[in-house]
Amino acid sequence: MPAVSKGDGMRGLAVFISDIRNCKSKEAEIKRINKELANIRSKFKGDKALDGYSKKKYVCKLLFIFLLGHDIDFGHMEAVNLLSSNKYTEKQIGYLFISVLVNSNSELIRLINNAIKNDLASRNPTFMCLALHCIANVGSREMGEAFAADIPRILVAGDSMDSVKQSAALCLLRLYKASPDLVPMGEWTARVVHLLNDQHMGVVTAAVSLITCLCKKNPDDFKTCVSLAVSRLSRIVSSASTDLQDYTYYFVPAPWLSVKLLRLLQCYPPPEDAAVKGRLVECLETVLNKAQEPPKSKKVQHSNAKNAILFETISLIIHYDSEPNLLVRACNQLGQFLQHRETNLRYLALESMCTLASSEFSHEAVKTHIDTVINALKTERDVSVRQRAADLLYAMCDRSNAKQIVSEMLRYLETADYAIREEIVLKVAILAEKYAVDYSWYVDTILNLIRIAGDYVSEEVWYRVLQIVTNRDDVQGYAAKTVFEALQAPACHENMVKVGGYILGEFGNLIAGDPRSSPPVQFSLLHSKFHLCSVATRALLLSTYIKFINLFPETKATIQGVLRAGSQLRNADVELQQRAVEYLTLSSVASTDVLATVLEEMPPFPERESSILAKLKRKKGPGAGSALDDGRRDASSNDINGGVEPTPSTVSTPSPSADLLGLRAAPPPAAPPAPAGAGNLLVDVFSDGPTAQPSLGPTPEQAFLSELEPPAPESPMALLADPAPAADPGPEDIGPPIPEADELLNKFVCKNNGVLFENQLLQIGVKSEFRQNLGRMYLFYGNKTSVQFQNFSPTVVHPGDLQTQLAVQTKRVAAQVDGGAQVQQVLNIECLRDFLTPPLLSVRFRYGGAPQSLTLKLPVTINKFFQPTEMAAQDFFQRWKQLSLPLQEAQKIFKANHPMDAEVTKAKLLGFGSALLDNVDPNPENFVGAGIIQTKALQVGCLLRLEPNAQAQMYRLTLRTSKEPVSRHLCELLAQQF
Amino acid sequence: MGPARKRAVGGRCFRVGVYVPPRFPASWAGVGRRMRFMLLFSRQGKLRLQKWYLATSDKERKKMVRELMQVVLARKPKMCSFLEWRDLKVVYKRYASLYFCCAIEGQDNELITLELIHRYVELLDKYFGSVCELDIIFNFEKAYFILDEFLMGGDVQDTSKKSVLKAIEQADLLQEVRARDSEEEEE
Repeated sequence: MPAVSKGDGMRGLAVFISDIRNCKSKEAEIKRINKELANIRSKFKGDKALDGYSKKKYVCKLLFIFLLGHDIDFGHMEAVNLLSSNKYTEKQIGYLFISVLVNSNSELIRLINNAIKNDLASRNPTFMCLALHCIANVGSREMGEAFAADIPRILVAGDSMDSVKQSAALCLLRLYKASPDLVPMGEWTARVVHLLNDQHMGVVTAAVSLITCLCKKNPDDFKTCVSLAVSRLSRIVSSASTDLQDYTYYFVPAPWLSVKLLRLLQCYPPPEDAAVKGRLVECLETVLNKAQEPPKSKKVQHSNAKNAILFETISLIIHYDSEPNLLVRACNQLGQFLQHRETNLRYLALESMCTLASSEFSHEAVKTHIDTVINALKTERDVSVRQRAADLLYAMCDRSNAKQIVSEMLRYLETADYAIREEIVLKVAILAEKYAVDYSWYVDTILNLIRIAGDYVSEEVWYRVLQIVTNRDDVQGYAAKTVFEALQAPACHENMVKVGGYILGEFGNLIAGDPRSSPPVQFSLLHSKFHLCSVATRALLLSTYIKFINLFPETKATIQGVLRAGSQLRNADVELQQRAVEYLTLSSVASTDVLATVLEEMPPFPERESSILAKLKRKKGPGAGSALDDGRRDASSNDINGGVEPTPSTVSTPSPSADLLGLRAAPPPAAPPAPAGAGNLLVDVFSDGPTAQPSLGPTPEQAFLSELEPPAPESPMALLADPAPAADPGPEDIGPPIPEADELLNKFVCKNNGVLFENQLLQIGVKSEFRQNLGRMYLFYGNKTSVQFQNFSPTVVHPGDLQTQLAVQTKRVAAQVDGGAQVQQVLNIECLRDFLTPPLLSVRFRYGGAPQSLTLKLPVTINKFFQPTEMAAQDFFQRWKQLSLPLQEAQKIFKANHPMDAEVTKAKLLGFGSALLDNVDPNPENFVGAGIIQTKALQVGCLLRLEPNAQAQMYRLTLRTSKEPVSRHLCELLAQQF
Repeated sequence: MGPARKRAVGGRCFRVGVYVPPRFPASWAGVGRRMRFMLLFSRQGKLRLQKWYLATSDKERKKMVRELMQVVLARKPKMCSFLEWRDLKVVYKRYASLYFCCAIEGQDNELITLELIHRYVELLDKYFGSVCELDIIFNFEKAYFILDEFLMGGDVQDTSKKSVLKAIEQADLLQEVRARDSEEEEE
């Protein structure tokens, strides 16, 4: 028991608090407070000098009043005076008041800083700690400026007490977070890392937090912390539950420190040093093993602390994403938690599994829990848990289970909490689009969405269905039929009317043959909804009507009658009135030809990233998309769409020329999916329409190069005209490539010469050069033994379609290779069209009578036929924009496997074949390249962008080319090089 | 258009492509993982203690407190101790009539935060001797001091019960001497 009993401190304060508590009404309370404030004010202003105790008491009362929610506008100076008291409790109250109440009142800050300075210099550890706490609590820039340089010194000084070190570490952390520029890095940083070895667990705990923050900005400076953290962690994890005395929490040794160490390790890639890595993996396994052991205590604190470490361990495993075994174990562990009786654990398991679902190693393992998760969605009583379940379903969705997941989510939507309906709607819409195999399922799904939760279906969702229907003629008839049926419902949601109105206006003719849905029926069905709808919808319907006049001339008279009605022509809403007037005039003045042109079917929309996805991400914040199987790419491409949202001012000023058709504001007939300014709309249609198909045409520079002489002395064309197919055994005759073939191939993506393969018997070297779509490769086969190889026959095989994509002509080599000798083989290569798989090189021979065979991948990848292209920033962006169909872009976000060195990266990109463009990317850290892949049949323009993130040790690579498989393939090839 | 779905006229489906260089997701940008604030409030919605670890204006604080209290008080007993609120994660636990409530950033470890609350309760308990809400009302400054010894800037300073309490008790010894001789004329 402490030496004090409750309430002994300041009697006057206790009395005041009781008074307040006894107040029967808010008014009484305010009255009492005002009385007290007046009293304190008079004491402070009085002639009689107050002693320290009274000052402390009154300041404390003021603090109490403030904490009750009242404003305090005096007493600051008295509080500052308390700071210089030499009585600990007076000082303490002074600091408390300052940290709760002071904002950057500059006059006061100077005085406070003075007091702090004195206390820091006092060498009294309790005073120093108070001062450090105050700095951390206020954390303002002025204080940072005054003390940021001193605190590191205190932190690493040999004679600082442990408690001071702890406070200094966290105080520095706080200042660094607030204004990193103020904290000077220096030789102290190395000594901070060594605090991880400190005897005092409290010091280590505080230091880890600081290091974790500092190392994010300066990973290299703190690199040594990895091995120190691993050994510290290992000692904790393997210690008995009583070893750490007061740092053991409910039989769990140092849970806070463990969690922090695991957190620190997540700032770095897996340790390179095998011994360190081994030790770490052992730790991680121990934690996973302990989860299976019976608990040492029944207390929830025990299991919470233990599981806190477990979840942090799983986070680290996911962060590394390189140990399939651990990932699957983590997944199984989480699987157990999914059915745990503790709601907290179920929640965390669902949350954690979401990230596991995006790892290729554990995606399948996560999928096995689908039934449990669906069940959670249906039965959990807590909405936040249900939300996690919905997130996880979304994350684990792929082609194989999309129909099941979408239908479960739709079912859930009917009873879902209002708070999460919109999100579920977005998710369903995205999954339905992403995994739609047949688009009638997609259309059904979206219409179901509107039916079930029409209010929550945002514009993005119904715009999107219109885009897809417009772009895919195979689904248009089905869509028309389905919306027509949906509109039969007596009460259908307004969004349904919008979708129905638009689709029938475009494709109503596809179902007009059926007398049940003849033009007049369609019209009267739509018009029966008209009067119940909002202005925006009515405007859209008017556009549908004018489209009907074109599609179904027989409805013209009826529709003109509707337009002419007083309720339209003299409508109070200017938009509706204008449409009615203009459409009526258009229909009577224009000839059928003009009408047909003006009201022609909408051209396909240019493909872009789904705006629904962007919306979901806006809703959920960054990282929300990362749950998708290729979510990493989605998460980051968000900004491309998000960043260029037009400001309302451009929207409200459409160009005058567009006004003629009334294409304004609300969804216009010409392009409902783009209801912004008509000016923008025109740009959209004309610059990005199908006629402006993106492709990098040949530049003058290219034409020049194509006249260069081919590299080979003899005409490769003549040789290639007569390939030697007879020599090629079919792929079935040769073995599969050796397991490391891919790795070997990767080594040659960015270089042309080197050793392709080596074992005890044989070494194969490669030298190659490529120009335009032609290449020549020299293979050197070295016999490393002293015995002759017999029947030596290397052959090149084209698996699959490769024959039509790549012609490789080989020359025979001698059938015997003497011991220690080397033979050379020349290959002439012509790229006919783009290809994805490299040819195989099969080498067979007999060594000492035993047949040997070996299949490798020939280092010929599509990028070898790159022609670097220089271009100005403006051209680059123009082309980048042209290549904006989703499939033309491939993107990967990946961890750096090698140290991130700009020069090395540059060399690799040049080796890859593209030109490097300077001054294009606004961020000088990024790399931008361009080039053209030359094949005989076609040229493929390629643009690339590589964004290193040194802090996260990651890259993002984006490739855009005019051919979809090429983008993906290049992206995969290049991503493995870093 | 549904009543809930009013959006700015500027919301468009497609954006005409000015090339805007993509940025890394914000979650990479040196994510802070720390506590934003801690609140203690009663079942009746009376705030008993508030500690803010990120500069927040007084007005905003009041708004956040009001909003969060409403959310937490509406939850039923067996529900999960974690909830997403604004861009934060809230970890809370009820001890008798008091709710202890921490707001952390999304990346932070929820369970360890829950135990952090518990450790704080243990510290209060040990100091006051089976602590109750009244102790915290009448000795609010002590509750702050204990919290400050335990957490600094939202990070755990020391998890050892002994070290934290030792620091507080030392101060009390100083205080008691003074308290004794000034008992006469208190107001």
